[in-house]
Amino acid sequence: MNLDTIIFAISAVVAIFGAVMMIGQRNPVASVLYLIVSLVAQAVLYVQLGALFLGAVLIIVYAGAILVLFLFVIMLLNLRGTEDLGEGSPPISRFTKFLLSALMVVEFGFVVWSGVFPEAGKTGIDAPAGGFGSVKEVAELIFLKYLYPFELTSILLLVAIVGAVVMAGRSVIVRSSESEAPASREEAAEEARG
Amino acid sequence: MSEYLFLVPTLPLAGFLINGLLLGRLSRPVVSFVACASVGLSFILSLLLFFELKGLPADARIVEQVLFPWISVGSFHVNIGFLLDPLSAVMILVVSGVGFLIHVYSTGYMHHDPCFGRYFSYLNLFTFAMLVLVLADNYLFMFVGWEGVGLCSYLLIGFWFEKQSASDAGKKAFIVNRIGDFGFLIGMFMIFWHVGSLEFRTVMQTAPQVFIAGGAVITAACVLLFIGAVGKSAQIPLYVWLPDAMEGPTPVSALIHAATMVTAGVYMIARSNVLYMLAPDALMIVAIVGGVTALYAATIGLAQNDIKRVLAYSTVSQLGYMFLACGVAAFTAGIFHLMTHAFFKALLFLGAGSVIHAMSNEQDMQRMGGLRKYVPVTYATMLIATLAISGIPGFSGFFSKDEILWKSFSSQHGHPILWVIGFVTAGLTAFYMFRLIYLTFHGRERMDDHVREHLRESPRSMTVPLVVLAVLSVIGGFVGMPHLFGVANYFEHWLHPVMAGAPQEAASHAMAAAGGDTGMEIVLMLASVALVIAAVFLARRVYSQMPQVATRLREKLPGLHRLLVNKYYVDEIYSAAVVRPVVNGSKFLWRVVDVLLIDGIINGLAVVYADISELLRTGQTGRVRTYATVFVAGVAAIVALMLFG
Amino acid sequence: MVTIPAFLIVAVMLFGIGAIGVLISRNIIILFMCVELMLNAANLTLIAFSRALNIPDGHVIVFLVLTVAAAEAAVGLAMVITIFRNRETINIDRFNMMKW
Repeated sequence: MNLDTIIFAISAVVAIFGAVMMIGQRNPVASVLYLIVSLVAQAVLYVQLGALFLGAVLIIVYAGAILVLFLFVIMLLNLRGTEDLGEGSPPISRFTKFLLSALMVVEFGFVVWSGVFPEAGKTGIDAPAGGFGSVKEVAELIFLKYLYPFELTSILLLVAIVGAVVMAGRSVIVRSSESEAPASREEAAEEARG
Repeated sequence: MSEYLFLVPTLPLAGFLINGLLLGRLSRPVVSFVACASVGLSFILSLLLFFELKGLPADARIVEQVLFPWISVGSFHVNIGFLLDPLSAVMILVVSGVGFLIHVYSTGYMHHDPCFGRYFSYLNLFTFAMLVLVLADNYLFMFVGWEGVGLCSYLLIGFWFEKQSASDAGKKAFIVNRIGDFGFLIGMFMIFWHVGSLEFRTVMQTAPQVFIAGGAVITAACVLLFIGAVGKSAQIPLYVWLPDAMEGPTPVSALIHAATMVTAGVYMIARSNVLYMLAPDALMIVAIVGGVTALYAATIGLAQNDIKRVLAYSTVSQLGYMFLACGVAAFTAGIFHLMTHAFFKALLFLGAGSVIHAMSNEQDMQRMGGLRKYVPVTYATMLIATLAISGIPGFSGFFSKDEILWKSFSSQHGHPILWVIGFVTAGLTAFYMFRLIYLTFHGRERMDDHVREHLRESPRSMTVPLVVLAVLSVIGGFVGMPHLFGVANYFEHWLHPVMAGAPQEAASHAMAAAGGDTGMEIVLMLASVALVIAAVFLARRVYSQMPQVATRLREKLPGLHRLLVNKYYVDEIYSAAVVRPVVNGSKFLWRVVDVLLIDGIINGLAVVYADISELLRTGQTGRVRTYATVFVAGVAAIVALMLFG
Repeated sequence: MVTIPAFLIVAVMLFGIGAIGVLISRNIIILFMCVELMLNAANLTLIAFSRALNIPDGHVIVFLVLTVAAAEAAVGLAMVITIFRNRETINIDRFNMMKW
């Protein structure tokens, strides 16, 4: 029972625990926070696998930017809790969903179980060959071999930005006189007509 | 010259195309010229070809011209080809010659008709089809011409199609013909099946080896071919279209229903004489049907009052004679009678047309009478034709009919009873034909004054063909005189190489020349002449001098008279026994099978599909979570398949 | 020694939890977060295999996936804002107009 195993065990448990707790929360802010916890644990797992650069990126970009964005939106929409969402689904459908998902997980487990992997070991920080997963190596790959996809993703981000701005920004300009947004599409149409 | 053989049918075809495609844009003189010239040139060409053929030695008188292969599938080969031998030479001369005269006549007769161009294009098309029929070198190409003349018959009978009776008559002709054509086709299939080819020369050469003489196969094939002839040439039981066909213009009746189309059946049997000689039973059927038809039609002709109807039934009767001749293996005699009949029957029809034209379209003989001083040329020529058809010695009809009667008695395939039937029919023929003459041209004038004022002789375009045909009716018989007059029978020698029964005929002629049967022949000839002359005088007595005899006879035997006037009610019988069941059957198939069953199934299928889609549509709930669930289920299923499948 | 299959099992479980979360939650925001969770599980798998086969290209794929996830989250959240403005609810079952 060496350090690797202990670290792995703790990180795995925390990751799964965070994910499970995320689902059933009343308060969406709590969900986001639990997800952040899970993500940090996953970053530890990355590092254990030798992906030093990506572990850092995960924390910085994912936990630090994307999930913060989620928080911003939750705050913006002033969401309180799940009470105002109305009735839930009948228990039979919930059961079916559980069953199906469990089935899928079990099958994936089978796949993993029956797979053949290279010789055991190969975890731990010092195990990989020099430079594997380091910033230098990943950067070389990105800017030399995979330059084309990389540039395309920058365009993708541009498009996403423009789209998000257009979509989320429009109504504010139009309905400056209204204090409250109309409840539904029909009411909006009525207002437009009348 | 023989390389222009294909022009004989294609010249009238060109006339049809010119007149047909430029319909309404050509003036009447141009239309007439194009139509008549195309047939006239065809006739001149036929004449030149005839002389060229005559120049060849007697057993090599064959000119064949194949234009191009038409069907070539596996072992089935049919060409577009023409065969000129003595038989077809005679036919093209008759068709183009008489056809030309009728075209000229039509320019006068149809002068007032608004559809002048259409008429002549149809007439040219008919001439083309008929020439194809007689010149074809194989059964299938002949069948093309066969169908073509049937089509043109329909078009021309129903020429004045706005008149209900005319269009009905056209349809009747075509449909009844089709029934016969079915038999023709099956017969053709049988021949092809056993011989492997449909070319005349091949079939006639190999038939004796392929078929068992007197066997069931060849007999069936010949009978089936004969059924086709029964339809086309109006024998019992498929003759019913011919009298109705008188709805068409009179020159059409002359051309199609006297001289050419109806003789196609006789030509076809004469052409297939080798096959028929191998099937004596079929020959017997042909002879019996021909003889019975001749007698039967003659009896109907006695009581008809429409001048064209009398001639129509007379045609049916004379065709019966031709089939009788073929049925006793006297094919030469049959063709001879075909030729002379073409002359005098065409003349009779054209003359009747002239009478109708002069009488302002009156066709009922009971309203005619005493016309001979108004239309002398017509009268003279019609009288000559009547003398010919009655078999008065010296005229063409005498020689041809007499030969038929003699052969029906003396031939190996003949029988005295057949002679008796022919003998009686000859008497009846003379009687009703002279009845026609006396009712129309002699006696009291029964027309009303308005018509009488307009009575005048027909124009030259109509009377000149009449005169030409009259001359032919007189001299046409001299090419086929029987041996006992001491002159050679040129016609028989001409057709000798074509006929399979030739050795037999030569034998019988040798016997006759030796003086054995000459006595019998003279006796029979004198008997028929005596009967005919008696019939003429009887007709004169009854219809010209004492018309009250006819009226009293009609009162004494009303049932018989009604039977004859109504043509033995055959049309009504056919209508009830055949037509109405077929129509009712069709109605049933339409209303029940088609509308209820088939439409029901198809529409039902559509409804089923619509219902299924409506059911499946409810699966589109629009709820994302449902879709996601199905997604996950699908993933689970696929992975399971990959793991355990 | 921790073997590679262990990491893969962790990834599979995270994926399953994310799937359950997508199917169960009615709140759109929670739904999005579960989708992000599933993406992360896939990333973990990729890293594990990249280490197992000693191919560094796996890292590049994860890098690109992260980028795409970010873009998708941005656009998705913009849509959520728009929907919320129109409907005043984020219950996903209410958005069911694409049906028969």
